[in-house]
Amino acid sequence: MASSADIDLAILVFVPFAAAMLAPLVHRLLGAFSNWVLALVPAAIFISLLGAIEPIAAGEVLTSHHSWIATYDIDLVLRLDGLSLLFALAISGIGTLITLYAGGYLRRHPDLGRFYAFILLFLGAMLGLVLADNMVALFVFWELTSIASFLLIGFDHTRQAARRAAIQALVVTGAGGLLLLAGLVLIHGITGGWSVSNLAAAGLQQHPAYGLVLGLVLCGAFTKSAQFPFHFWLPNAMEAPTPVSAFLHSATMVQAGVYLLARFSTALGDTAAWSILLSVFGGLTLIWGAVSALRQTDLKQMLAQTTLASLGICVLLLGTGGEMAALAVAGYFLAHALYKAGLFLVVGTIDHETGIREITVLSGLWRRMPVTFLAAVLMAVSMLGLPLTLGFFGKEEMYRALFVADLRAIVPLFVLIVGNGAIGAVGLLVALRPFLGPLTATPKAPHEAWPALLLGPVVLASLGIALAIGIDWTGLALLQPAANGIVGATGENHLSLGLHPANPILWLSVLTWIIAIAIALKADLIRTLLRRLDLSIDWSFDKGFDQAMFGLIRGAWQVTRTLHHGRLEIYLVTFFLMLALAVFGPLLTMGGLPRFPGVPQMPVHEWAIMLIALAGVIAVPLSPQRLTAVLALGVQGFAVALIFLAYGAPDLAFTQFMVEVLSVVILALVMTRLRLDQRDPRVFEDIIRDGGLALACGVGVALLLMVVQASDFDGRLSAFFTQTSVPLAHGHNVVNVIIVDYRGLDTLGEISVVMAAGIAIYALIRKRRKPA
Amino acid sequence: MNTLIFRTAAPVIVLVMLVFSVFVLWRGHNEPGGGFIGGLIAACAMAIYAMALGVPAAKKAMRWDGLGFAGLGVLVTAASGLLSLPAMAPYLTGMWTAIGPLALGTPMLFDVGVYLAVFGALATVILGLIEGEGE
Repeated sequence: MASSADIDLAILVFVPFAAAMLAPLVHRLLGAFSNWVLALVPAAIFISLLGAIEPIAAGEVLTSHHSWIATYDIDLVLRLDGLSLLFALAISGIGTLITLYAGGYLRRHPDLGRFYAFILLFLGAMLGLVLADNMVALFVFWELTSIASFLLIGFDHTRQAARRAAIQALVVTGAGGLLLLAGLVLIHGITGGWSVSNLAAAGLQQHPAYGLVLGLVLCGAFTKSAQFPFHFWLPNAMEAPTPVSAFLHSATMVQAGVYLLARFSTALGDTAAWSILLSVFGGLTLIWGAVSALRQTDLKQMLAQTTLASLGICVLLLGTGGEMAALAVAGYFLAHALYKAGLFLVVGTIDHETGIREITVLSGLWRRMPVTFLAAVLMAVSMLGLPLTLGFFGKEEMYRALFVADLRAIVPLFVLIVGNGAIGAVGLLVALRPFLGPLTATPKAPHEAWPALLLGPVVLASLGIALAIGIDWTGLALLQPAANGIVGATGENHLSLGLHPANPILWLSVLTWIIAIAIALKADLIRTLLRRLDLSIDWSFDKGFDQAMFGLIRGAWQVTRTLHHGRLEIYLVTFFLMLALAVFGPLLTMGGLPRFPGVPQMPVHEWAIMLIALAGVIAVPLSPQRLTAVLALGVQGFAVALIFLAYGAPDLAFTQFMVEVLSVVILALVMTRLRLDQRDPRVFEDIIRDGGLALACGVGVALLLMVVQASDFDGRLSAFFTQTSVPLAHGHNVVNVIIVDYRGLDTLGEISVVMAAGIAIYALIRKRRKPA
Repeated sequence: MNTLIFRTAAPVIVLVMLVFSVFVLWRGHNEPGGGFIGGLIAACAMAIYAMALGVPAAKKAMRWDGLGFAGLGVLVTAASGLLSLPAMAPYLTGMWTAIGPLALGTPMLFDVGVYLAVFGALATVILGLIEGEGE
């Protein structure tokens, strides 16, 4: 296989997107074999990534650089280091098995082609997320995974529960995504660049805005990884088909938040806030998930809640910080991905074969599905963390990281031991209860699954054992480079296969196994007690989400009802009040009132015109008859037109005369049509209010004009127009030339508006003419 | 409003006003006037006609719907800008030719469109209001 340094990382990210677009076509052409063909895409990516293991274990880092949005210095920078490689291998490897599995699980489903497309879309987005070195690219892929998750959860869109779960997941992860974007933009503002790998040197921990940045990034990570209190969307996401649950909601997408925290641990970590927040929320999530898992009877829900708990463990370990915790996260992530995806696939197979998923009903399936049973047992053993499984090393490393002579580590250690015990118990229950014992009746008669359904669990279970037996290689090649990527330093690999009875960590593991077995034996009792507790507390976070959403809608309706009351009078008052404020506000706060320019020197006839205008204006509010007011308005308009004429603007005056005539005519016509009272019926207070508002608006605009007049006049445009109107535009009337030639586009817009206003008014008039 | 005097005088007044509106449109480029003012005068003329002789007679005299005139006006205005495209000039560049001493160009067509649009819209409003009067 060619060295992966030759393959551009960008190809690895974009090939799944291309395959996603072709997937429906492939499915239409190949039918039942399309899953084998489409699985070649993630398989090829996996194989090419295998070639990168050696160079990266030796300390190299592979990058790929493509220019994207050059004006903002945003480039598509992809970077493959130990951490990215571990995640990318898990994504592509498990993705291959899932694509194969989906072909069997959803065989004959009419939308299967679309399903492949969504899965491949998600695969590409997730790969882009773990490979991205540019914060903008990271965010884009982050949101793409949320969208792909939405599409996949709501795949069975005819069911209301599935639609609701999809929307809930999108709302929660999308809201977190927005906060994450704010945090990333803030980081850009602080550091000046978009690169993720250079953040460690930027000294964000000492910056005064650190708290805000940390809060925003944590919101993004916590919503995506379903940490408490944002955990409620993950159990509901089980409405998705089981391959989706296995891929997205256990092994990859929900780990995106963990990945983000791991990536940013050098940049934002090592502070008290980081440690406390992550430890507390991680621990709460762990406890919540572990306890909730014991309450369930649906196999998928049991696994979903333990996923929640496992995510809590990862976050807690990242909060602890340090080399050993980083190694623990890497090891636990890999072990969890393998056994959790596999167990989900086993549950899917059980569901597919028997038609039911309840642990209280299923029993005795080992006779009919022996291979599946064997795979399930191996994975449950890894979940429990027995020796010779990958889960054992993950657990050991976890305890070693917290087994320090520090009083504050006792609580997290205790929580981890109990949590791991509960998780192990659930694993045992899922793997053993449905299979052992006498065979019970189920809706469909079970038989061993098809090869496509078997391949996934078998491969994943075997890997969990094989990687553990070859732990020297696994540690050196996969886990230690990942840990180095998290802490940014090179550490020694010390994972080994042997069991040393003198090692106190081993006894912690033994304690865990004892707790797990005890819980598993008493599982029914525990479940009954928890259910009773649940009934007495009538609230859940899921209900809280519904309340919040409906509250939002109700609140919006109230606001609309207040602002859109349908009373024209109040609309007008509000409008003119805002106008007066908009005019006076800047005048008073910024410029200051203009100096009064002094009484102007005008000839007698201009004074006479001014007096006529004044008389008209005063008559409008004072006249008792409406018609008189309309006529006074017209008189005032005529006087203004005469002023225009006196000051040398004949076009303006002409237009003003015509507009005044038409205004009076139309107002009088409207008055008769509406059959209004002859007398103005407003009470004194209303006249004061309306008159005062009108006066305020008028005075405000006048003051604004005086301020504008007082500033220097830039005469370049006027000079241009007057000089070129005859030679270029063949016209002596500069005003008209400007309207139809220089500023023709504006005029086109204006007459379109006039036409639209005519249509609207005509529609209103006609509507009145059609009585019931 | 249909007294005998008004009914007799109205057609003459309307005729004079309509001719005057076209005159104002035509002279707009070099003297005060133009499409807007012409359209407003023509709309006033239709108002007088409708008030004197009734809306059905006014509509018959217009031969075509008011909104039709408005639409035609906007269309003519927009189309007058396209005439510059064959000469590879941007949209709404004025193209001029000369017939003897008279210069003719696309801004003239533009102004005609403005006239029709303003006339059509206002005539629609006024005729609609007069028609509904006395209901």
